[in-house]
Amino acid sequence: MAKQHISFSLNGQQVDALVEPRELLVHTIRETLSLTGTHIGCETSHCGVCTVDLDGVSVKACTVLAMQANGSEVMTVEGLADADGLHAVQQAFIEEHGLQCGFCTPGMLVRAYRFLRDNPNPTDEEIRWGMSGNLCRCTGYQNIIKAVHSAAQKLQQA
Amino acid sequence: MIPSGFEYHAASSVQDAIRLLTENEDAKILAGGHSLLPMMKLRFAEPAHLVDINGLRELKGIDRDGDVIQIGAMTTENELIASEILQQHCPLLVDAAKLVADPQVRNRGTVGGDVAHGDPGNDHPAVMLALDAEFVIQGPEGERTTPANGFYLGTYWTGLGEDELLTAIRVPVIKTGTGYGYNKLKRKTGDYATAGSPVVLTLDSDVCREIRIGLTNVAPMAIRAEAAEDLLRGQVVTEALIEQAAEQVMAACDPAEDLRGDVEYKTHMAAEMARRSIRDALARARS
Repeated sequence: MAKQHISFSLNGQQVDALVEPRELLVHTIRETLSLTGTHIGCETSHCGVCTVDLDGVSVKACTVLAMQANGSEVMTVEGLADADGLHAVQQAFIEEHGLQCGFCTPGMLVRAYRFLRDNPNPTDEEIRWGMSGNLCRCTGYQNIIKAVHSAAQKLQQA
Repeated sequence: MIPSGFEYHAASSVQDAIRLLTENEDAKILAGGHSLLPMMKLRFAEPAHLVDINGLRELKGIDRDGDVIQIGAMTTENELIASEILQQHCPLLVDAAKLVADPQVRNRGTVGGDVAHGDPGNDHPAVMLALDAEFVIQGPEGERTTPANGFYLGTYWTGLGEDELLTAIRVPVIKTGTGYGYNKLKRKTGDYATAGSPVVLTLDSDVCREIRIGLTNVAPMAIRAEAAEDLLRGQVVTEALIEQAAEQVMAACDPAEDLRGDVEYKTHMAAEMARRSIRDALARARS
């Protein structure tokens, strides 16, 4: 299978890659483009650690072909912070102890970012529903809910 | 885990997709990919060609024309949930979509993929049986429509030909006097049903004029519990009759034992999901 050229925006920068049709987006991001913030967990679209933002919606990058990202806009956890420092979602996860081992955190952060864009003032119930595609094996869910709630308040004040 | 090699084709139109299916042996349609790609990683499926239809805008969207709602096959689960037309005129589909997988998967997973894949664990097939939906299919010979009833033949086996493409689904508007319910038992968010049962029924002065009871993941394919329906049709539905119908639901079940439970457990849970959905549907039909 000949490799094919794709081009897409990754965290605001235009990037190019040569990919096999069977290559998954998460591998292109991690191995070809060397952004290893996006993790690989279950690889069968259950756990959510590979969550990235694709054209304004959260997707699991282990279940999207790299070819399918051609021409799109992708944001990973590396795209959250800017020159002014950490994103409100990241700051809230630190302050509310929204992580223990940290393995699930990139997916949680990118998902929380998009969830709060879609629903800026959620109830705890809505947060549980909106974050239900991301698993934390340390089971620190309470603090993750608190962190998303706190991030919502920070973003509203900003 | 990555799938074994295949040739990737992005279809430029429905006709192009059918041409690609016809010209390439062992070609599969790639819709949302959230069933097919995991199967390909695990080598349960190794198609030589993938025909990606994600670029086909004509396969998206939800429109109502009188008493019929037409849903493009590539409409995602989250688009079903967000649809005002469905919220107002066919809320059963909204309720069912909310029970499918998780938020990220619902952004990619499509109603057409769910319907056409033939997995008995998928939620929409039994819902489409309960709704008496119709499937619009394009093939080399042109367009045809076929009822959901009779479409499901076995596990990963449907009435869809290898060179055909499901393009749309037609469901009736749920009118006053008609009630619905979908209850699904699952171990966790994102899991397939241990057992599920969608029900649609129509009352006429409290007499059940029409009823369809679907069953999810308790047989090789989505099925209807027709003997249970026959018991309730033409009757005032009492708790005692629901109990008799539940017995007939259990008789219709033929589940496979797996980590979600053994045959007896799944059979009993299917009956309980059906009881709850019948009660939900009755309450809604009366309101």
